This record gives sequence, structure tokens and C-alpha cells, in this order.
Amino acid sequence: MSEEKKVIVELDENPEYIINMGPQHPSTHGVLRFEVSLQGETVKYLIPHCGYIHRGIEKMCESLTYPQIIHLTDRLDYLSAHMNNEAVSLCVEKALDIEVPERVKYIRSILSELNRIASHQLWWCAFGMDLGGLTCFFYGLRDREKILDIFEESCGSRLLHSFVVPGGLMHDVHPNFKQSIRDFIKYFRKKLPEYDTLLTGNVIFQNRTRDLGIMSKETAISYGITGPSARASGFACDIRKVEPYSAYPYIDFKEILYTEGDTFHRYKARMDEMWESMVILEKLLDKMPDGNDYTAKMKPVIKLPEGEYFQRVETARGELGVYIVSDGNKTPYRLKLRTPNFSNLFVMNKLTAGYKIADLVAISGSLDLVIPDIDR
Amino acid sequence: MEQEQLKEKIVALLPEAEFMTNKQYLDVIVPANKLHAFVTSLKETNDLKFDYLFCLSGVDWSQYLTVVYHITSSEYGHSIVLKVKTDGRENPEVPSLYDIYATAEFHEREVYDLLGVKFTNHPDLRRIFLEDTWVGYPLRKDYKDEINIIER
Amino acid sequence: MGYQKYDLAPLTHSIDQYLYSHLSSTWAFLAEMTLIGVVFLIFYAVIGLYLVLAERKVCAFMQNRIGPNRVGWYGVLQTIADLFKLLLKELITIRKADKLLFNIAPFIVIIASFLGIAAIPFAMGLHAIDFNIGIFYIMAVSSVGVVGILIAGWSSNNKYSLIGAMRSGAQIVSYELSVGLSLLVIVIYSGTLQLSTLVESQADGWWIIKGHIPAILAFFVFVTAGTAETNRGPFDLAEAESELTAGFHTEYSGIKFAFFFLAEYMNMFLVASVAATVFLGGWMPLHIPGLEGFNNAMDFIPPIVWYFGKTAFVIFLMMWIKWTFPRLRIDQLLNLEWKYLLPINLVNIVVVALIVLMGWYIK
Repeated sequence: MSEEKKVIVELDENPEYIINMGPQHPSTHGVLRFEVSLQGETVKYLIPHCGYIHRGIEKMCESLTYPQIIHLTDRLDYLSAHMNNEAVSLCVEKALDIEVPERVKYIRSILSELNRIASHQLWWCAFGMDLGGLTCFFYGLRDREKILDIFEESCGSRLLHSFVVPGGLMHDVHPNFKQSIRDFIKYFRKKLPEYDTLLTGNVIFQNRTRDLGIMSKETAISYGITGPSARASGFACDIRKVEPYSAYPYIDFKEILYTEGDTFHRYKARMDEMWESMVILEKLLDKMPDGNDYTAKMKPVIKLPEGEYFQRVETARGELGVYIVSDGNKTPYRLKLRTPNFSNLFVMNKLTAGYKIADLVAISGSLDLVIPDIDR
Repeated sequence: MEQEQLKEKIVALLPEAEFMTNKQYLDVIVPANKLHAFVTSLKETNDLKFDYLFCLSGVDWSQYLTVVYHITSSEYGHSIVLKVKTDGRENPEVPSLYDIYATAEFHEREVYDLLGVKFTNHPDLRRIFLEDTWVGYPLRKDYKDEINIIER
Repeated sequence: MGYQKYDLAPLTHSIDQYLYSHLSSTWAFLAEMTLIGVVFLIFYAVIGLYLVLAERKVCAFMQNRIGPNRVGWYGVLQTIADLFKLLLKELITIRKADKLLFNIAPFIVIIASFLGIAAIPFAMGLHAIDFNIGIFYIMAVSSVGVVGILIAGWSSNNKYSLIGAMRSGAQIVSYELSVGLSLLVIVIYSGTLQLSTLVESQADGWWIIKGHIPAILAFFVFVTAGTAETNRGPFDLAEAESELTAGFHTEYSGIKFAFFFLAEYMNMFLVASVAATVFLGGWMPLHIPGLEGFNNAMDFIPPIVWYFGKTAFVIFLMMWIKWTFPRLRIDQLLNLEWKYLLPINLVNIVVVALIVLMGWYIK
């Protein structure tokens, strides 16, 4: 209560036009609040307030076993649930020195890339909506549905898969797995140019996003921005290249890099990533070994040896770090999740100062924030 | 750069540094009062250039707390882990690194919020997730919450 | 001409004479006013509701969806059900709002949109008032609506609403110029402000054809500026959903919200009607001089069908634009008006004056 009073007093003394964007606001994409000070329509400064959906996942993890933790990590960045599962699983496997079967690695990477495309599709929908292009939403969701169908077929669920577990996979994928992905790639190759026709080439869109919210490479590194947002500024931070994991070392792919760092290139980086993900998927599918082994031999109770383990994984939004401190028990002593959106959020003040309120929406859309990932 | 080479460089920069063995990264234990100067030199030394702080976490070790910094170089790709032990747990203090890595400002707020480590010199040390009126630091091992946490 | 067989003037005159012969002149006048008022109210409600349905169907078509299809045949009763829902909803009063202004605002907006219909010729001999300054009248009354929007934004005591209202004020005042100037092009061509004469003057071809390049240019400027005038996408900055939640009508609920909503659609109808009347010949069938058989065939279609067909075409155009383009930013919006549309219009008017002077248009 004391803080609320303070704000009112400040308002009277120096007339600032402060608006609260959120916690319920259509373009914060979740329960996040920006305290925005305006001068006319121009943003003077912005303070992000988070914690509205803080569930204490790190504390909960301290009383859960490793296979149980997997189900919590889905709920971080729910749009890249698969990568989150993979991060914890890889960290546990690293601690136990387990080598998972080759086929599992391929399936994990394939699902990661599918999830990345699905996540970027939803981002594209939401970004179009932020800019007022409401039709984008349905174009994106139409194609995302195809990926979710593949997930449903193989993982059993559409959004929160919990499919990757320490040691391998929950169960084997559907026999139609390879074919349905090939069908999807064929379908999406035809549909992705529609996205460009609808939004990318539009004059209004280009005027709204070009040279807007320019983030330099130094800023990106200093603020710990990762993912496509940072790669649009020229920061080569793709963990798939820096510290390759799963099946990524076996294949050759391109890291999407731009140097401009404006909103348009953050958009472009994601669009290009969708194209590149399809190439990666094809390469992975070609090399994926046949068979039916989906898990390594695991003990029924997983106890990590005493020590500290760190695993970095590239999710759709950037780098997810899992830091496990183990005291030899079946539950972690401390589990820290370095989530990409937490770091990505706080650059907002720097990027938006001096721009219009409509640009604020465009910039926050281009950073692709997922709020449960910030608050954990 | 290999871990051995890194070790040599770091000893040259900070003779009192202690090392711990770790399969993945080189762990360095840094005294709290030397941290700021040491990290500045890590970032500014030409062949080290540790410019990207990718993780900052706190761990409660019952007797004391540690703050763990995972730092890497975006140019060379080598990483180290810095650990700072606090004096006891009543009034733990660690210097803030917000002026070296901008991201540290917010990660430090998180550590302060959940573990109660006070970062000296921090420009805006408030709770980040919990309410300002919250009592206690939830990630500490002796934190009790009879309503929300079921003891097993 | 053949189209005169559908002249509705005898019908309206007979009603008029019937009333005057049976009642004293004061009562007959009042009865006539009431009759027109009731007819227009029903017309307003039906058009408003079905435009909402049309928008939802067009939007669904643009977005690969089906749209409303549960209430009634293909969802034709959906918006009527929605209306009843809105009528039954609680009207939330805001504690710190300016009560009087807050309650007046939706009425100002809806009255402004209602007044304009009076001067529109729907078919031959079917209009309430045939002003000799018809176009001027429509422009004047329809821009009163911005006062209501400003009042709504101010009285809600909500910061988002206020920003929305200020945007709307800046936008409508600016685009008013372009609307007026683009209509002026046709006024120069036809030499009249009276809508009935303007329609009659298009008996040998619509102005968009007769007036060639300047008229086509003026038509596009008018549709653009008209879309902006009605606060519709891509110029819906006043209610920019993703920025200002709902802009000036954030705090309104129930039927008061519905008033704003209906007024938006009626304004769209008005803009489309004016565009159809001024540029596309209103109720005048498509005539090509020299082709008598074709002209007679066209005359066979009643003028009211022509009028609604053309209006529907312009409305579809506006919906198409809305569901395709992203929204502009406020400074880009004002740049578009003051740096592009206004200069184009001014040059256009000079060119038209020259063309009319030299007689270079199709007579």
C-alpha cells in the first residue's frame, strides 16, 4: 500500500503521465506490467514489473525428483516445452555420464526444430496482431495446427509434451513420424511465402518496423540477450553452434545472423529461422537411424553424484541454462533456470525510450516475450 | 582456450584465487572484496574478453551463501565460473556487477529477492518477483511456509 | 429514360397528400416527421446489425474461417442475438467518471451518424430531405461525431481512453480536409452540391468514368480518408486494440458500448453511400452512351438495387483493407494526410478546374 500512495504524491509534484501497461493488456501477452511514463505519446521511460505469475518453480524443484522436474519445465516457456524438457534431461544425463542412443538424439533434435517452427509461427501471429494486422493470427495458427497434430500423434499431447525424460524419451514415436514431418515440410514450404505476402512486404509494416528499436551488438551481449533477437544484432549466440548438443553436431546448418539489430531484422531473423529449421529437419530426417530404441538403460531412482552441472540449450527464444547443484540425493540441492526471456525483458527500457507507444508494442512483440518464462 | 591456460591467466590477474575441479567449466573462488576489480580485468584483458554473463545464481550452503557467475566470451567462446562466498548468512554482502554487465542488475535483484544477498552499490535493489512486504527469502534452506510448502 | 419507371416520388407524394388531406397541416407535418423517424430508426438498426454480420463474414472469409453460423440460417440472426445480449448487460458506471458527459457521449456519436442518412438518395425519389447543399450537410453533421469521441475519452477518466480520444481528434480533424477536397473534385465537375441533381448528372455515365484520372484519384483519396474518418483499420488508432486496449470506449459497457459500435458501422455505411453516390452514380444504373439496348437492360434493374450494390462494393473494399493491413502509427498517419493526401488533393483540384474550363472531360 505504501508504494501506491507514493506514486500519487509524485504525480502531484511533477506532472508525469504514467500508464500501466498490464498486467491485463492485449499486447503484453501475459501478466506482465510495464510502468510507462509518457510525454504526449512518446515514452520517457519504462519500468517492467514482473512476478505476477511467479510459481516458485526453482523452490518446487528442490523437493522433486528429476523425472518429476521434467513436468515443471514444460510450464516455463510453454511454447518451447520440448527444448525445456531436453535441457533438464541433458543436464541429468551429463551428470550421470549416460550416452543416449543415436536415434534418440535425432528424435530430440527433430522435435526441437518442429517446436521452434511452431513457436515462431505463434510469434508471427502475435506480432502481426500487435501491429494491428489481425488476419496474421489465423494464417499462423492454421499452419501451427499441423505441427501440433504431429506432436499429438507422437508425444500424446499438443502443447506441454513432457516427452523427453532423462535417459531418452517417454515412449517411442509413432511409426508415421518421419512421413508426417516430411508432409508438413512440403506443406509449409508452400505456405510460408504467404506470410511474406501478407505482412513482410507490406508498406505499412515496413514503415512501422524498419530502424525501430535498434539494439547494438554490445547492448545485446551486455544485457544477455539471446536467441533470434540477439542474432539480428550480430551476436552469434546460437547454442546449437556454440555448445552443440543432441544431434546438432552431426549436421551442418546455417546460423541466421544480421547486423542491423532493428525490429524488422529481429522479425526477419525469425522468419529465416523457420526456413532454416525446415532444412535442418530434412537433414536430420535423412540421417536418422532406423530402429526402435528410445531410451538408454536407467536406474529406477536417479541420483546425481555430488557436484555442479550446467547445460545450455537453444530454445525458440534464446538460451536456456539449467544449473543443477546436487548433494547426491534423488532431489537437486539447488536448481537454477537461466531463462532467455528474463534477460530479454530488461532491455525494453533501453530500446523504447524516445519512441511512441505504438512502437513500444512493436518492440516488445519483436522480443517475443513469454511471461511464465520470465517469472518462473 | 584450454582450462590450464585460463588458469595461468587468472592466477596472473588474481593471485589469491582458488580453483575447484569441474568437468565442464573452470571454477574460480573469488573473495568478495576483489570481485569487482577482478571481473573488470577479466572483461578488459585482450585475450580473455569475458563479456557475456549468461547465468547468475545464488546457492544457500547452510553456513554461508554463494553467488555463482557463469561468464563466457562471445568472441573466443571460453567460459569460467566465478563463485563468491558470503560472510555468514545474517547480512551477506557482495559487490554488484551492474556496471560491467547490464544484465547483472536484474539477476542480482532476483538473487536478492529469493536468497537475500545484498549487492552493494546496486542502483535499484528491490524485490523483483515477490511483493515488497514479503518476509523472508524463499530459496533459503531454512525458509518456512506452513501454508504453501508441504514438508516431506 | 428507362430508369424513370421506378420513380418512387409519386408514392411518397401520395403518402404526403393523404396525410395532409386527413389531418391539419401541423399534425400532418408531425406525423410525417414521426413516420420518417421510425422508418429510419428501423433502417438504421437493421443496416447496423447486418453490417456487423457482414464484417464478421468478410473477416472470416479473409481469415480462412467460417464465421458465425450457429444462430439462424448461416448465422443471420447472430448479431440480433448479440444485440439482445448487449441490451441485457449491466451498464457499469465508473466512480470517478464525469457522469453527465460520460452518459451523453454515446448519444452524440450515434446522433451524428444518424443525421447524415437524411440527405442520402436511396433510390429515385426516395430521400428524406433534398437539400441544395446535400454533400456539405453530410460532411458537416458526420464530423460532429468526433466531439462525442473526445467527450467519451475525457469523461471516462482513463488514461488509455484519453490517449485514444486525442488520437481520434487529431485524426478526424486532419482527414476531414481530404474528404472535403476529394468530394470537391466531383462538385466542380457536376457544378452542384445537391445530391439528387448530382445523381441525375450521371445518367450518361458515372463521374468516376466521365471524370477519368482526377476522379479516379479523388475516389481513392476519398476511400482512404473516409476509412480514416470512420476510425477503421488500418487507421483505427483511436481504439487501437493492441496498444490502448479499446481506446476511447474502454470504459463503456452494454448498450452504450453498442452505440459506439453501431455508430462506427453506420459511419462506414455513410462514407460508402457518399462514395457510391458521388463517384459511382448512386442509384443511377450503368449507362454507356450509344448502347441503347445495354442501357435499357441496365434500367430494368431497380435503382435501389444499384444503390445498395454499389454501397456494398465500397463497404467490401473498406473491409478488405481493414483485414489486410497492419495499423499505422500516429505520426505516420498524420504524415500521410498532411504530406501526401492533402497536396495530391490540392493539385487535383487545380487540374480539375483546368479540365472543366477546357471541357476535356466526357460530356
